[in-house]
Amino acid sequence: MSAFANILLGGVFHAAVLFLVAAGLQLVFGVQKILNLACGSFYALGAYFGITFTSFAAKYGMPVWMLLPALVFAGVILGAIGPVIERLLRTVYDRDESFQLLLTFSLLLMFQDILRFIWGANPRSIDLNYLVYGKVVFSDFSVPVYNLLVIAAAIIIAAGLGLFLQRTNYGRVLRATAENRSMAEALGVDVRGVYATVFTVGTMLGTVAGALVVPTAAASLDIAVELVVEAFAVVVIGGLGSMPGALAGAVVVGLIHALSIAIYPELELLATYLIVIGVLLLRPAGLFGRPVT
Amino acid sequence: MSSRAAVLLAIFGVLALAVVPWLAPPFYASLLISFFAYAIALLGFNLLFGYGGLLSFGHAMFLGFGAYGTAIVSGVLGIKSFEVALIAVVIGAAIAAAPIGWLCVRYTGIFFGMLTLAFGMLFHSFLFKFYYVTGGDSGMRIPRMNILGLELAQYNKISFLAGPFYYYCLALLVIAGLIMWRIVHSPFGLHLRALRDNPRKAEYLGVRVREFRLVAFVISSVFAAAGGAILGLRIGLADPELVYWTHSGQLVFMTVLGGFTNFFGPILGALAFTLLQDQLQSLTQYWRFVLGAILALLVIGFPTGIAGLIRNYNWRRVAAT
Repeated sequence: MSAFANILLGGVFHAAVLFLVAAGLQLVFGVQKILNLACGSFYALGAYFGITFTSFAAKYGMPVWMLLPALVFAGVILGAIGPVIERLLRTVYDRDESFQLLLTFSLLLMFQDILRFIWGANPRSIDLNYLVYGKVVFSDFSVPVYNLLVIAAAIIIAAGLGLFLQRTNYGRVLRATAENRSMAEALGVDVRGVYATVFTVGTMLGTVAGALVVPTAAASLDIAVELVVEAFAVVVIGGLGSMPGALAGAVVVGLIHALSIAIYPELELLATYLIVIGVLLLRPAGLFGRPVT
Repeated sequence: MSSRAAVLLAIFGVLALAVVPWLAPPFYASLLISFFAYAIALLGFNLLFGYGGLLSFGHAMFLGFGAYGTAIVSGVLGIKSFEVALIAVVIGAAIAAAPIGWLCVRYTGIFFGMLTLAFGMLFHSFLFKFYYVTGGDSGMRIPRMNILGLELAQYNKISFLAGPFYYYCLALLVIAGLIMWRIVHSPFGLHLRALRDNPRKAEYLGVRVREFRLVAFVISSVFAAAGGAILGLRIGLADPELVYWTHSGQLVFMTVLGGFTNFFGPILGALAFTLLQDQLQSLTQYWRFVLGAILALLVIGFPTGIAGLIRNYNWRRVAAT
């Protein structure tokens, strides 16, 4: 039983991180109709920058218990690269989707070397001990509180995003733009501004996810390309452009990941892709998406 | 482009390639082997992308089929004839591509891309995880093979690649080019372009949309497998990196670099990419950045690629000749 609970919590932690990245992907796809392959780069960038930022802050006397807020902050300020990249993507908004995909692929290639240039080719990990928050000890297994805090943070961000999109005026404007761009424009919505905002928020979700995960796992150059395919699996299973879909997809992928590692490690990724293919074939709109025409 | 000019240009290109082993050091000749491999694979890829309008993001899977198939034929079964391996992987790829294609061509656009990506990654994780079958991340070795039944034992590996095997691959590229030229200029090629430009109208006019797309998918996989066999023999290894999704992205990159709107574009793209990557790698460890920047520039400014720059033509007319 304890082993099972352990696997379950590991899966939920993984799902929480995947949800953040996938939510960024969904937001951008939903409004801008661009599938952003560079989301993995944002994640990796967040991870590396999180390490640098927190070790810098610790040197100037940041108490260790500030680790989590500092990492979130590091992710949020990285969102500043969002508008710059959005400006680049603006050149291909009315082009074929294969060109949009290729442009984000070129960003992924470039970021790979930017990361290598700044942080080197060797994996990096954080110096501060994330066990500062302690552990929750159950009868025969324990969980670091940090992991639980990250899960909580993801839930708070999910709820915040949901409230923002459903209840605020700007959220309605975003949804209207996603629904019908030209009609929104005709009604006086500043579509350019909306796109810049959406892309920046999408970037931030990726960078925050990367920063949050880095205390538990080393940052390496490979995580960018590895995460892209996992985040894709999440959005395909959940349904492209759907926020509840990102949540459901992340839980499915996170749990499958954890369960297959526990039961039959060879199936780890295989199982995920099999489910992706199954979903695409049987229900291409995903669990929560709208039917494709 | 008129057919006559194209034929003249192609003949000139083949002659120019034929003198390379005499003029350039053996390193460049063996480097061009991977150009031949990619060029053959991209001829097939562009039937799907340029002519059929279907962007596959998992096409490296079939390169992997070719390389691993060759490894099985030569390394496991001990058959040393490269022709046997080539025929085996071509048939194997066609058999594997038929059901995969049948499932994938139900969609176009982003969904087609993601399905092919998922199949590619499925194959990659199989290769990567089932190491007792596939050798895992160290891959499967491909021992040296004979061509046309000739042992050629007097050549060492590099002079084999730069000599007999170079001309062998050049001949294969010419044959593949002629076959593909016939395919795209046949009624089948015309049908395929019709469904790219307006699938609904084409269907109304009686084009069997899914069947035609499926046939294009299978043909393109066969070409990719042949390219993969050459690539594998050159490196002497079939490894999972060949199948990883970034390698599929690289195939798309080469095609766009050369120009997907032109028959010869992918061949130019394969040549330019192979030489560019080699030069950049010797100049800087940050060659990916330069390649990424070039790709971004192409996508934004020159979507018709090198071929489009050479012939600044209305591309629909070019593709239609």
